[in-house]
Amino acid sequence: MEISFRDLITVLHGMGFGALFMLAFSGAIGVIYATAVAGSQWAVPRGTATMFRFYLISMATLSWLAVLSGAYIIYPWYRAVAPAGTTDLSGYPRQLLLSSPLTAGWHELGMEWKEHIAWFTPIAMTMVAYVFIKYGPQLALHRQMRNAVLGFTAVAFFATAVAGGFGAFLNKYAPVRGGHEIILYTQH
Amino acid sequence: MQSMRDPIQLPNGPGAAAILAAGIGSGALGVFAFAADAFRAVGRAFVIWPPSGPLSGVTLAAIVVWLVAWFGLSRLWASRDVSLARVNVAAFAMLIVGLLLTFPPFADLLRGR
Repeated sequence: MEISFRDLITVLHGMGFGALFMLAFSGAIGVIYATAVAGSQWAVPRGTATMFRFYLISMATLSWLAVLSGAYIIYPWYRAVAPAGTTDLSGYPRQLLLSSPLTAGWHELGMEWKEHIAWFTPIAMTMVAYVFIKYGPQLALHRQMRNAVLGFTAVAFFATAVAGGFGAFLNKYAPVRGGHEIILYTQH
Repeated sequence: MQSMRDPIQLPNGPGAAAILAAGIGSGALGVFAFAADAFRAVGRAFVIWPPSGPLSGVTLAAIVVWLVAWFGLSRLWASRDVSLARVNVAAFAMLIVGLLLTFPPFADLLRGR
């Protein structure tokens, strides 16, 4: 059982950073909402408070890792230009998609949207983590601030869902492959 | 047992600064992405790292705008209470502008394609 280096990095980008981030969303909304609703009446142990902060900082970090690995490692592989006369475009995903009107939309809508919308998430989640750490239970006293935090969190969820969803489809129609093969498992 | 409670109520300025800056950064991302796609010269100017093309400059510029805005607003509102309702309206308006300008069908419509 083997996997190419580029496949492995793509999996790390999508499943390691992106999917883990998506999984953390319900927890983040729960933490923000519960803290805000309970307000100053909610006395939580220092360890729990630290864990909440760590949780949101981890989410923000995951979102940064996802966009940075996507834009600066995988995207250059995706948009690589094939030498003139190349007939096998399997190593050039963007050109492969654009070579047929049946698949061009995956680039023109999917990748064009994904490559930008994903960046709303780290901006939003960094702000959310900062506000939560700064105010904690005092968010209950600032209803408008709580609404903004939850609103930006929801937009971050939407942006990640769009980027992740199109990422999965793009990798199905024009996978980013290449690099040396890594053997994960050998059957004896 | 220690708690998260803080008896001193913090001013809303620092939080408002973070929220408005996030809106400004999001709006800037949309404007830069649209401009890079609509105008070839702008697109070329945004190519900071050729392997990633204009995306490298578009996102870097948006992040710089976001962080500069955050820094400036934080200093301005460090110990103040501001109208969060107005801040939210402005932040979400810019966020929506950013989202629309990065949605290819909408951007194509604006460009008349």
